[in-house]
Amino acid sequence: MSSHLETNVLPPSRQRELPGQTRKWVGHSMKRVEDRRFLLGKGQYIDDHAVPNMAHAATVRSPHAHARIISIDTSKAKALPGVIGVYTGTDLATVVDPCPSFASPPVTQRAIAIDKVRHVGEVVVAIVAVDRYIAEDAADLVEVEYEVLPANVDIEATLEATGDSVIHPADREGNKAHDESFKFGPVDEDFARADHIVRRRLRWKRSGAQPIETCGCISDYSVVDGGYTIHCNTNFSNFIPFVIAGSLRISPTVLRMQPIATGGSFGSKVFIHKIVILTSGLSRLAGQPVKYIEDRLEHFTNSDSHGSDRLYDAELALAKDGTMLSLRFDVIDDYGAYLQFGVGTHGNAMSQVTGPYRIGSFGMRVRAALTNKCQQGPYRGFGAEVTNWVLERLVDAAAEELGMDMVGLRLQNMIQPDQFPYMIPTGNIYDSGNFQEVYKQAEALIGLAAWRKKAADLRAQGRCVGVGVATCQERSVYSPTEWWSLNNLAAPGFALSSTPEGISLRIDPVGKIFATLHSVFIGNSPETIVTQVLAEQFTVDPSDIVVSYSDTHSGFNGVGPQGSRFTAMITGACVSASYKIQTKLKRLAGHLLEAAEGDLELRDGAVTVKGTDRKISIGDVAMQASFFRLNFPDTPDFDSGLETTAVYDHPISTLPHPERKHLGVFYPMVGHICHIAVVEVDPDTGKVAILDYAAVHDNGTIMNPMTLEGQVLGGTANGIGSTLTEEFIYDDQGQFVNANFAEFAMSSAWEMPANLKIGHVETPSPYTEYGVKGGGEGGRLGAPSALSSAIDDALQRYGVKVEQIPVRPSTLRAMIRASGK
Amino acid sequence: MTTHAITITVNGRKREATVPARMLLSDCLRHTLGLPGTHVGCEHGVCGACTVMMDGRTVRSCLTFAVQADGSQLTTIEGLANESQLHPIQEAFWEEHGLQCGFCTPGMLMAANELLSANPNPSDDEIREAISGNLCRCTGYTQIINAIRSAAAKLRAAVPTSAT
Repeated sequence: MSSHLETNVLPPSRQRELPGQTRKWVGHSMKRVEDRRFLLGKGQYIDDHAVPNMAHAATVRSPHAHARIISIDTSKAKALPGVIGVYTGTDLATVVDPCPSFASPPVTQRAIAIDKVRHVGEVVVAIVAVDRYIAEDAADLVEVEYEVLPANVDIEATLEATGDSVIHPADREGNKAHDESFKFGPVDEDFARADHIVRRRLRWKRSGAQPIETCGCISDYSVVDGGYTIHCNTNFSNFIPFVIAGSLRISPTVLRMQPIATGGSFGSKVFIHKIVILTSGLSRLAGQPVKYIEDRLEHFTNSDSHGSDRLYDAELALAKDGTMLSLRFDVIDDYGAYLQFGVGTHGNAMSQVTGPYRIGSFGMRVRAALTNKCQQGPYRGFGAEVTNWVLERLVDAAAEELGMDMVGLRLQNMIQPDQFPYMIPTGNIYDSGNFQEVYKQAEALIGLAAWRKKAADLRAQGRCVGVGVATCQERSVYSPTEWWSLNNLAAPGFALSSTPEGISLRIDPVGKIFATLHSVFIGNSPETIVTQVLAEQFTVDPSDIVVSYSDTHSGFNGVGPQGSRFTAMITGACVSASYKIQTKLKRLAGHLLEAAEGDLELRDGAVTVKGTDRKISIGDVAMQASFFRLNFPDTPDFDSGLETTAVYDHPISTLPHPERKHLGVFYPMVGHICHIAVVEVDPDTGKVAILDYAAVHDNGTIMNPMTLEGQVLGGTANGIGSTLTEEFIYDDQGQFVNANFAEFAMSSAWEMPANLKIGHVETPSPYTEYGVKGGGEGGRLGAPSALSSAIDDALQRYGVKVEQIPVRPSTLRAMIRASGK
Repeated sequence: MTTHAITITVNGRKREATVPARMLLSDCLRHTLGLPGTHVGCEHGVCGACTVMMDGRTVRSCLTFAVQADGSQLTTIEGLANESQLHPIQEAFWEEHGLQCGFCTPGMLMAANELLSANPNPSDDEIREAISGNLCRCTGYTQIINAIRSAAAKLRAAVPTSAT
């Protein structure tokens, strides 16, 4: 470990529930308790809600990437029967403030543009009408005159923009929003002593989550207290509701956000504050409740949830025997027209930037470029999917340049099982792992040696078949320092260090357990996980447990499902709350059984005197606790009721070094994944067929094998899409040319490999309860690397290398053609 | 705007509505008839979330006008189960984890229902073909295919309830 890490001291583990015990519910597949309502069509998603006297909104969107708004004529729209109001950005600004920005310094964004539009699809006018059809009719009647400005589309050229090309001239002189450089450890020395340096220019292009449900909101302004009742499919309602309240110019005491089930997020609905602000402002202006649901075009062009869009100049330094010494890169990220979360996606990537390898130092320069495109937001991987791919591309390139086997080079440099917790140069730790075992299982699962031989034979016959291997990290359970640790030291912004998750728990008079979560359902399995943990803790049947969700008035400390944190964090909260209630249960039961509390244990739903059959059921204790106060001593510790709240903090994190010699521990539950892909490329069309695929993941203790498998499969599908077909294409005028499901080629059932082989290794975390790690993103963190590697292998004859993704068939065909072979 | 009186039998129940000619069947079902289980994902006929059965065949309710359904027999997700008793396809989706967020699920169930009504023992490729017009962003499809295969077996094993 390099000396720059000496100040990064690990706190002791707070783990209470040890891994490796025999459990009845934790660790077993269980059908999800969420599912019946979804299977029956009773999901109650945002557009399934209605409130009395609700009006409907539609928007007029910018057709230009960059333009001044010269004039807006709403008279014809206002005259249309059924129209309640037509509102410009200036109108909206009379009742709401700009959207929150977490960048430092902030970039101003309004829910409806004023004076200037900065990307295609930005809202210029909003209409409120008695129904959506009439609102859309009215939108067609609005006349907007624009003065078109130069569109910034190219990731490098925009950094040189001046004059009319500057996107936020009031805030910034140019279009560069961030430019910081870092060295973690002896980067220069390591590069100076290297025998070989691999250099690649690598381009990861933008795509996005595109869940099947778009974003939407119903907001109801109240003249009673000046507040709002809001239904919205945001994932983030209980962490920072006061920020929304701030933009609405109200106190959080009159902000009432309801928990709404989300029809898919993958990060994309983490905050979606703009929709809340837009709809709320419209409700106040119109004087009645308003519903606004994005249509698919709006979701593509204006949802603030585009994925990473990066250009890397990356270098890996090695000794001549293949030992990896150091990694460095210069990265530009095209964030689009705004910067809602700053460069948090790069902070995220720092958690595992050196991969599973013993690389002693790391350096980078990161620049955020503003362009005239929809802005970025979180998408499964949150930026770490790109650095995984960059590193694995460099490792493949190193193997080729050094004449070494790509698997051998990886294994030679891997962290060994006895080296955990392992601190990487940025300061983050990998809590535990057995990368070699993961690889071994993947190799066996797919029959790697046989496939490599077969692929070589097929290539000799003229076919383009190749095998690719990726060994990658899957960080989980973040601490929020990743959002600001790369900011300029002079202006770090709101340098928070908490990501808690809370739960409320109560046992009713007949012994049923009621849990309330403070984060919403987004397609993950929060109710199932909580049910499993509580059934385990209270030794009861899952049918005795019910889970609900709080609104912002009753909620607290719920950061929610993001960064593969929820299962580990809510499990911790469940354990804390269970311990608290069990203490009281035993106190009451001890009195009733005339036994010492220390002699009691929970067994089969009853408090039992250890080693005897003397017991009292949880239901009987609860009945006594609820209705028979005089059966207990008259002291406060026997007060009526069995209820508690608990908040679980991040299990192990440290702060960044004050001068950023390291970034601290901020994403320490690190899983490992090995993906092996076998592909065949049709050189005449550029189409890639996946012939075989194995994915082995180590996510620590598995809570529910069935639901984890669902995450692995779904993430892998996203990764396949990001690599082979899915791209948001902007032309040189900044027009988004494929913003629909027909042309944005999202993976269908045919694009998934028919025989995808899944394997698991379980190396428990020493820090979380039961040893669980997050597992929500791994597929997308591994698939792009494995597929790129396999395509290179398949196209040896043409010398084609995948140095940008996606490689859509037309892209790959053009590369093959350009090879001249 | 001119409106039209229509009568549709939805899930065995006769429903009457007065709708503009341009109203989509999806909007009519969801917002006029109070059956929001049919979901809208793209409104341009690609994602398949809005799939319903119309006179025995699946249609995209976002590409169908409500007036086109006048006089027809419709089955939506709300009509698949028998009260609270899940249909075997729903049971199989539950057991095989064929859903995560649940948003595409109604359309998937309708597509699966159409397939299994015509083909009680489909191959995996036939299943894949049947749901290839339904997008799912959560599952990667594998567990959906497993669920439909399992549902087919359940339906084959079911004892006929009527001798007619």
